[in-house]
Amino acid sequence: MDIIVCVKHVPETAEADIKIDASGKAIEKSGLVFDINEWDDYALEEAVRLKEKFGGTVTAITLGSEEADATLRKCLARGADTAIRLWDPKFEGSDGYATAKILSKVVKGLQFNLILTGAQAGDDGYAVVGTMLAELLGIPHATMVKKIELDGEAAKFHRELEGGFEELLELKLPAVFAVSTGINEPRYVSIMGTRKAMQKEIKVVDLAGTGLSESDVGEAGSWIKVEKLYVPPVEKQAEFLKGSPDEIASKIAEILRTKGVL
Amino acid sequence: MTGIFVLAEHRQGQVRDITFEMLTKGRELAQKIGAELSAVIFGKDVKDHAKTLAENANKVLLVEDVKLENFNSEAYQKVLAHLIGEQKPLLTLIGHTSFGVELAPSLAVSLGSPLATDCIDIGYENETITVTRQMYGGKVNATATLRKAQSYIATVRQATFQVKTEASLNGQVVEVPSPLSEEVARKRFVHYVPPPPGGVDITAAPVLVGVGRGIKDVSNIPAVEELAKTLGGALACSRPIVDKGWLPTDRQVGSSGKTVKPKFYLALGISGAFQHVLGMKASDLIIAVNKDPKAPIFGVADYAVVEDLFKIVGPLKNKMQELKGQK
Repeated sequence: MDIIVCVKHVPETAEADIKIDASGKAIEKSGLVFDINEWDDYALEEAVRLKEKFGGTVTAITLGSEEADATLRKCLARGADTAIRLWDPKFEGSDGYATAKILSKVVKGLQFNLILTGAQAGDDGYAVVGTMLAELLGIPHATMVKKIELDGEAAKFHRELEGGFEELLELKLPAVFAVSTGINEPRYVSIMGTRKAMQKEIKVVDLAGTGLSESDVGEAGSWIKVEKLYVPPVEKQAEFLKGSPDEIASKIAEILRTKGVL
Repeated sequence: MTGIFVLAEHRQGQVRDITFEMLTKGRELAQKIGAELSAVIFGKDVKDHAKTLAENANKVLLVEDVKLENFNSEAYQKVLAHLIGEQKPLLTLIGHTSFGVELAPSLAVSLGSPLATDCIDIGYENETITVTRQMYGGKVNATATLRKAQSYIATVRQATFQVKTEASLNGQVVEVPSPLSEEVARKRFVHYVPPPPGGVDITAAPVLVGVGRGIKDVSNIPAVEELAKTLGGALACSRPIVDKGWLPTDRQVGSSGKTVKPKFYLALGISGAFQHVLGMKASDLIIAVNKDPKAPIFGVADYAVVEDLFKIVGPLKNKMQELKGQK
């Protein structure tokens, strides 16, 4: 079972303070901690588990500048065998579609039975790359995948629907599965694994290596362009409760009493 | 005359709310740009659904085929690509739902139609599609434009456009023969999997304490569970807590979990991603505690506390016990 896992190096923003930069089209990246995209972390774990069960290889691929090596090293430390970073200054500004085009060209030259990736990324949240990649490769896909069972080339899998429902489907590999969070429990990286990963080579592929032209990639090859970022308007203006924790507790108790909750 | 398509979404005999939300937005857009609004519905024995949709569209394109009985993105893609190729609508709206995200990106690639996903607003001015969508887990809104093309596709976030009661459009239902040949899709639907029966029904609790990433570690769960009990309620959570296995699925509030409406919802360390907010914003009273003053949860809360949740849990529990003692 040869598996390709597509990952993205993204800023951790769930608990970080975010500021819009001077261009008004991006956020300030300084001070933010970057890591593997949360959804891709689950895809990586699923890839390694399948390799442990069926044998084969795991190849981690990302699109990004040199900083993204940190995410690839994490993949190697967690059990990926090889890592490829796709980068060329011309790739800057690629949206999900341009990214899928670049990935498809490189993936075509590799041996694989299965491609895994996250159902979306925590930064732009487009949720398109895995599905577009499958279409460009002419193979079937499924996204929001919550469970995968393989029997040779036959795959049975669960897709997540709304309200806690799932659906069971089946297909024949090769295919692209874009996974949901919670499909497994990603393992911690061992110190040994981290050390070994530092010594592995990361292959870099540039625009010429993809066989694409400048007009296929970056902003020129993208469909969607961010024009302006702004802080979302609030639905209702919350009243801020201030004071010491004890004072705040008393204020909450008073609110509950007035509103008839208690 | 140009057109706007809205792809109807239905499951197990029910037309899903997103369909009517998209039709409301589609109608507004169609009026603005002088386009014809078509609802598009695929399935088996869905004529009744088509009649309902006809009230909200100028036309309903109905394709019935046993191969379209359950949603299958491959079958849907073939039929929808066929209709778009034939009728050339300017814009096709699809729900940013589990079904929609499975279908729209590959459909867009196959047609070469620029795609914007998870839109919370869509406009068409100066021959340009402009959308509003969120980034970074809802902490930032983005205005974005699509590259100029003959036709566009947009997926629409659920529960974003409020359905309006408007005069019926008395649309005509047009039956289109299925373009699907004998070939079977590579991907096959087997059956639905309902959620496992849960031990705790959080939808019935009058008070819910919801916890999110801010809880940091599974060892902190008992303390918040105790607070929930003291408040006479139950413990609920956002998705990351279930993904980590710290609480069972039946405690999850949000689009992939349960929709709750308690008298009081206390959100502890929940950032307020859209998916969670969708499941709890109808609560009578919402108090949110979060360290980040810009946490989106404060945008739906009645009262906000910018503080480390662990500093509040203890004092609040003590205060509640003290009040109970007085009774």
